[in-house]
Parts: sequence; C-alpha cells; structure tokens
Amino acid sequence: MGITGKAAVVGVYEHPLRWAPHKTQYQLMAESARGALEDAGLSIKDVDGLFTSGVGPMGIVALAEHLNLNPDYLDSTSIGGSSFVAHTAHAAAAIAAGYCTVALIVYGSTWSSDRFAIGTGGGAGSDPPDQFEACFGPTTVGDYALVAQRHMHEFGTTSEQLAEIAVTMRRHASLNPFAKFRDPITVEDVLASRIVSSPLHLLDCCMISDGGGAVVVTSAERARDLKKKPVYILGAAEACYHTSAGCRDLTDAAAKQSGPKALARAGVTHKDIDMAMIYDSFTITVLVTLESLGFCQKGEGGAFVQHGRIGLGGELPINTDGGGLSSNHPGMRGIFLVIEATKQLRGECGERQVKDCRLALCHGTGGTLGLRHSGATLVLGV
Amino acid sequence: MAEERKQRKPIPRVDEESKPFWEACARHELYVQKCRHCGKVFYYPRSFCPEDLTQDLEWVKCSGRGKVYTFTVTYQNQSPGFRENLPYVMAYVELEEGVRMLTNIVGCKPEEVRIDMPVEVAFEDVTPDLSIPVFKPVGK
Repeated sequence: MGITGKAAVVGVYEHPLRWAPHKTQYQLMAESARGALEDAGLSIKDVDGLFTSGVGPMGIVALAEHLNLNPDYLDSTSIGGSSFVAHTAHAAAAIAAGYCTVALIVYGSTWSSDRFAIGTGGGAGSDPPDQFEACFGPTTVGDYALVAQRHMHEFGTTSEQLAEIAVTMRRHASLNPFAKFRDPITVEDVLASRIVSSPLHLLDCCMISDGGGAVVVTSAERARDLKKKPVYILGAAEACYHTSAGCRDLTDAAAKQSGPKALARAGVTHKDIDMAMIYDSFTITVLVTLESLGFCQKGEGGAFVQHGRIGLGGELPINTDGGGLSSNHPGMRGIFLVIEATKQLRGECGERQVKDCRLALCHGTGGTLGLRHSGATLVLGV
Repeated sequence: MAEERKQRKPIPRVDEESKPFWEACARHELYVQKCRHCGKVFYYPRSFCPEDLTQDLEWVKCSGRGKVYTFTVTYQNQSPGFRENLPYVMAYVELEEGVRMLTNIVGCKPEEVRIDMPVEVAFEDVTPDLSIPVFKPVGK
C-alpha cells in the first residue's frame, strides 16, 4: 500500500504572466497545460486524469470541454490554495490504483485584473459558521493577523522576525526573472509599510496577481522514458484545522497533523529535506507552518527564520522562486509550490539553484489560519 | 445614520440550529451549549454535540464576562458596513465558560486593546429582531 515512488512529476509549467487583462482564466489554464505537456514530452491526447480548483462547482467539466478532453478520472477538490498540492498526491494515488495514467493538474486565475479584493474584501457565505463570523468584519489579512498577535503574545515573536521572512522571499525573487517584485527590501521597509490589520504590515502580505500553472504526473515506470528527470512523489498527507467548537489553539496549523505523516510515509526526516516550499500567504503563515511541520519547536519560529537559515545557502532554503510575497499569488498558490520544487530537484533553477537538491517538501495552506484552513504536505525526491 | 451603516454589514443568516442563540441575543442574553451526555461546553451553537454527536443538549447562560484571547485592528476592508468604520477591532474572546468566540471589541480606542484584557458582553442591535454579541472593557 501507499504511493511512495509509484508516480512522478514529469512536466511542469509556470505561466510567466503576472498581469493578464487580455486573457481569460481558461486560456491561462490551456497555455499552462500545453507548457507542462511539452515539458514532459507528452500531448494533450495522453491525458486521462484531470485535476483543478478555483473554478465553479462544475467548472472541471467545463474545463474538460474547453480542452476537448474526455478524462477517465476527475478531481476538483477545493480546499483553498493548498488544493493543487493535494491534487498532486491524489493524482499519484489514482495512478497507483490504475484509475488513470497521465494526470494533468492545472490552474489559472485573472483575479488581479478582475480587481478581486481577496485579502481585504469578503462577504457572508452560507455555511453554518459564517453567521457567527461575517458580521464582525473578518478579512483574509485580519484572520491571519489574529494568529500573529497571539503568537507574539505567547512566544515573544516580533514584527522584525516576521519581516525577515518577507526580506528573504524578496531576495529570492530578485533571482527569478518572472517574479513580480524584484527590488530588494529591508526589515525597516517592511516595518515602515502601512498596517493592513495589526500586527501585519502591507509587506507581510502576499500580492494578488494573475497567473497559471500546470503539473503532469504519470507512473514511475512511464516517467523513466520521458524527456525530463522524473521527480518522484514520496509521501503526502492532508489535514484541516478549524475553530474546534471554541477550543482551538490558534498558534497551531494543520501542518502539525499532515507534516509528520507525509514525512513518515516518505520514510525521511526533517534533516533530509534540502529545500521547502512553504505557502506564504503572509509572513506569519510561514512561521507557524515551519513550527507546525516540526522544523523547529513551537514558539521558536521567530528565531528560526533569522540569520539566513531560510535563505539560499542556508540550512533550509524556502520559496526560492520568491513565493507569494514576491513572485506571484493569483488567489491560490499551491501549484507553484510543486512547480518550483520540481525545478529545484531537476537542477533547472540557475542562479537560485539549491546545491545537491535531492529532497523537497511542499506545504500548502488553504483558507485562513485564524478561522479554518486546510493543509497539504507533499514530499518529492529524485 | 449609524443605524443605516450597521445594517449594511452582513446580517447573520439564522437557521434552525442557531435560532435559540440568536433569539437570546435579541433579548441581550448570551448562551453557549453543553452536552448532557459528555459534558462538553461548546460554541458556536448547533443541534448536536460536536464531541459525540448526541442531541441531548442544554443551553447555558453565560456570565457575559471573559478576556481577550487575541485581536487585530483592521485598517483596510473594502466591504460595505466596514469600510466606513475603520479602524475596528476583531477579536477572539475567551468566555468564563471556557470557549472562545469571534467578536468585536468596542467601547475603547483600538490602541487600548490588549490580550488578556477583561471584557464583558454588550449587544449591537442590527435589526429590530437581531442583535450581535460584541464586547467592551469591563466597567466601561
């Protein structure tokens, strides 16, 4: 049982655009699909498993129609920005079970050019908890800020430590020609940026961009005959944390449940991981995720992210593409975690390449840390 | 004017499970629930115990006192009803009954709010039939 080593990522493509007012969401998806299939040396006719999120309730069927596909397997799991990390694991499981042979995971979004106020807008949903929340003015930024404030109170975490994360991501983005924000910033710049929802500053927050990406997964056996070096799917797990009927410890994230399981399933430990892609919707997301995954003790995240540890050349380089804070964040970022980790494991990252990169961990966070969120952890290796 | 603004915020969608809670709020009383079977005290309200799924529940009237578990002062929110009232304080308050609820802190300057600050419930009447539980510093 298990999926370890049974499937591999064989094609990836990150759409270079960050602003695409002249393109549709489905066009970005089609262009990304083509890019990833070309990268793999496969054609659209080879695809028999389709995975997406960020579309309407039956949007995956419309996507199949738009791409003129008749897949044997469809998965539109929507658990927020982490969805595509989960899809990659689901694809491996479907392939291992024989339900499909070539899985296409694809994402596209024009939220930036649509002027969608994802971080500081928000209305009332119709799920049971919404009536106990929406009237108090939660925003995406505010929901994460609740966690940041509590973390500072309990553990003495500082705004300077959070800022260090934003500064590191920007330094990485400066090495990524496609990143949206490439000019270096300092801790002082982050602290001088306006407060959106205390204690989070503007530069503690990810951007909103347009964008798209695609990942192709197939069996390990087939992967060996394709164009690029296979990147094997070694372990994965998912989880979700919520208000727990009024008893949630806000400083823990779902990564605490999914991280150790994914590592155990891959048969590796934290020390084995050469680089990590940690969903950075906000600086606090990274800090809490690193603690919850177990890369440091709870409460020690502030010290952990300082002194270059999470930068290129450090002990655990994270988000080498610049992350959602500086490269791109079209509403949901999970797919880009898998794409960058794959490129690092193949050694294709040029100036921002992590040396001798053999094992990478991706962790996606979807929803909001302060109310409810999903976590999806994926371990990839060559 | 103030009334008009409040009404533009999302009005809670009361359902069969939450009706007694919101009816109590309209009377300016705050209740949580307790499972008679396992003793679990919980919030938000629902028709079953979130620990064992039994439906043998009782409503527990709260003292209305608690302390701030965490908070954020929001300076940017484009949504109607909030953008006119910036900045505002959203918080989790831990009730004396042991559960935490999302709410607003009112009745003081946003910069005066601190974690562990003692607070007590107040009610904001948003429609003739509906009031939402917010909190203010004790004694204010």
